[in-house]
Amino acid sequence: MGLESSVTSPTSAEGSLQAQPLITPSIWSGFWATFKRDMLIAVRHRGEMANPIMFFLMVITMVPLGITPEKGILQILAPGMIWVVALLATLLSLDGLFRSDFEDGALEQLLMSPQPLYFQVLAKVLVHWLTTGLPLTVMAPLLGVMLALPAEGFLPLVCSLLLGTGCLSLIGSIGAALTVALRKGGLLLSLIIMPLYVPVLIFGSSAVSSAIEGFPMGGQLAVLGAFLAFAIMLAPIAAAGALRISVNG
Amino acid sequence: MTDSLIELKNLRCERDERVLFEGLDLQVNAGDIVQIEGPNGCGKTTLLRVLTTSSVDYEGELYWSGKALNISKLDYLNQLLYVGHLSGIKKALTPRENLNWFSGINQGHKRCSIEVALEEVGLFGFEDVPCHHLSAGQLRRVALARLFLTPARVWILDEPFTAIDKQGVANLERLMTEHAAGGGCVILTTHQDMTIQSLRKINLQSYRGVAA
Repeated sequence: MGLESSVTSPTSAEGSLQAQPLITPSIWSGFWATFKRDMLIAVRHRGEMANPIMFFLMVITMVPLGITPEKGILQILAPGMIWVVALLATLLSLDGLFRSDFEDGALEQLLMSPQPLYFQVLAKVLVHWLTTGLPLTVMAPLLGVMLALPAEGFLPLVCSLLLGTGCLSLIGSIGAALTVALRKGGLLLSLIIMPLYVPVLIFGSSAVSSAIEGFPMGGQLAVLGAFLAFAIMLAPIAAAGALRISVNG
Repeated sequence: MTDSLIELKNLRCERDERVLFEGLDLQVNAGDIVQIEGPNGCGKTTLLRVLTTSSVDYEGELYWSGKALNISKLDYLNQLLYVGHLSGIKKALTPRENLNWFSGINQGHKRCSIEVALEEVGLFGFEDVPCHHLSAGQLRRVALARLFLTPARVWILDEPFTAIDKQGVANLERLMTEHAAGGGCVILTTHQDMTIQSLRKINLQSYRGVAA
């Protein structure tokens, strides 16, 4: 991979340990190890994985029952409703992002690994997105049908959720890292993260509604893409820093 | 021939406005097995956490093979293996998957195969049994199987003998002696009596500060 660098152990007395220099593994080997492990855990705990998706499904199913089954009103509600519920579903699942690793000591092991924490966090966030954001995005068109979303709204809905849920997972990881050491961090996590989610929500749902009204949606999607690019660059750094503080305390 | 691996100079740790220890000077050479002693709550785990770089709440200086730790940190972490109270073992995964992860995030290569390491700790045949089927002692053994796999020189072990039977303790002591003879070093805490001849004991009680 071209990322290996060799670190020679200090020369000293002859012994099996000094005989061969230790090779720092490539960044990808650490990334893969964590990615694979978290994917396996997610697959073995399928029930937990289904939680946010069930929440998404149930709330959207109740909207026509609770408000009105009238098509005209549902059409207006649909983009915002789907986006708000997708956001809340992500928020629900965030608390567990680092929690179990913190409780069983795996986080400590991650911090003292020679691997950069940035990529470890990125691997964990990627798994989180694959198990919440991606299923939510895939389910959204189905729920769009339930809420009588007009045909021209489907493509922007999927595109905006695809970009937006990535942002949500990444931004959320900062809050999860900050509150991981607190016994009841759930409420605080929501308070920290909510304001940061607002721009994503605004641009996401407005991409859908403007497409329905016949305007181009490129602008909003471009902004979401920019959010995502920034979040990929910066959020893992912030989360890594927050994890160090949390474990240190 | 002394080969200084880790050196602590005038280390001082405080917790909740209580000085745990101060003026701690310690040089750990290749071939040393150092036991940190002291009653519960005297700062043994805190000291180990400082040594594993996961805590930075200390005053004083740390050196790794003659260089200040903040300069040589990557090299140090490459050579470090830490088994703590909390082992980091995932109950949903099998011992094989757990050990693969540890190896992946650390040096990436192993001294022997996972089967051999698990056989050494008496878990032959448990490679693919999910860890939630294992007993506390067996889980501990999975964590300790890392000692057979790792190429790291510095082992920091926090209460490694908890829940391990007599035969297992003897095996571990033999392994530590071999490791030290091969040019590594071991820093551990335990409340058990150890039979290793060359054991160095550091009692944290004697570095206890007066209340701040």
